[in-house]
Amino acid sequence: MKLSLNINNRPGTVDVDGDMPLLWVIRDVLDLKGTKFGCGKAACGACTILVDGDAVRSCSYPAKMAEGKQITTIEGLGTSESPHPVQQAWIEEIVPQCGYCQPGFMMATAALLNKHPNPSDDDIDQNIVNVCRCGTYYRMRKAIKKAAQIQAGSTIQS
Amino acid sequence: MKKAFIIPILITFVVSVGWVNRHHSTNEPWVASTEQESQKIASTEESLIAFNTMMDVVTHQRCMNCHPSDNVPKQGLDSHAHNFGITRANAGNATNCNTCHQKENNAYSGVPGAPEWGLAPHKMRWEGLSRIEIAQSMMNRANNGNRTPDDIMHHLTEHELVLWAWEPGVDAAGNPREKPPVPKADYIAAVKKWISLGAVIPESE
Repeated sequence: MKLSLNINNRPGTVDVDGDMPLLWVIRDVLDLKGTKFGCGKAACGACTILVDGDAVRSCSYPAKMAEGKQITTIEGLGTSESPHPVQQAWIEEIVPQCGYCQPGFMMATAALLNKHPNPSDDDIDQNIVNVCRCGTYYRMRKAIKKAAQIQAGSTIQS
Repeated sequence: MKKAFIIPILITFVVSVGWVNRHHSTNEPWVASTEQESQKIASTEESLIAFNTMMDVVTHQRCMNCHPSDNVPKQGLDSHAHNFGITRANAGNATNCNTCHQKENNAYSGVPGAPEWGLAPHKMRWEGLSRIEIAQSMMNRANNGNRTPDDIMHHLTEHELVLWAWEPGVDAAGNPREKPPVPKADYIAAVKKWISLGAVIPESE
């Protein structure tokens, strides 16, 4: 099945089984390895990406549903020169330990800030339900709040 | 004197004829009402059978798990609380039902999905209610989204999310999920029968 996809603002075509999880397309067909395979059953959140700005677990999202939508992976969230506020905050708070699950957390946080620019602890508890085996939750909470501050500052400046 | 005898006799005759006519005329309706009574008993039995068939489905975990009374979606045949602390508060949030559940089942991940996947509104909570209480709530327009019995019939027999119960897909291990205990066609026929017979809710189970 030929699918026209727009991933990280780059349009392209892939020929895959339409039911193939979008995660497989991203990693194995397009070779974008930033998004991680964790549990494969939408439980851990390591594969979280943005679909039209909303957080989606890409291991349970069929590729055919991605047509006509804006797909953003961790590679498209920001750049080394101009990191997304979430990436900037993650760096400043030195959040990652092993780092495997972090792209999913950062994408989920980016989606959270789209809905709640100044999230409370309750907002964070309800929305950031990914799993980190290293237990970096405490640093992540600080980084999420810092990301909100950075985003608010960059919004004011722009 | 003759008039004095004749008038009571006439009155007696008229009253007697009237009584005979009335008695005669009530014979047929009396027979008819027996038939009506039989029909009524038959349709009451039909309605009760249809009601229980419908409720065998409605009270199955495939339906009940998303009609919680505590705002926590349930999972599995043991109706355990949804993993990851998901609650009704997640609706419309950044992490919500559609973060994981899409418009169709996903055989790769075992995540179930159907159009409009989500919890029933709190007013449509069924968890912990008896069959009678569920039916009373379902038919109460203050609770059911102002639906008429006909609307309810269409919802129960045509809505894709309702009918998903018979196509629940496989779990993460690839095992098929259990379906409701009544075949889909029988359930749909039972709902239509129950509604067509007046959606009578039994007084006791």
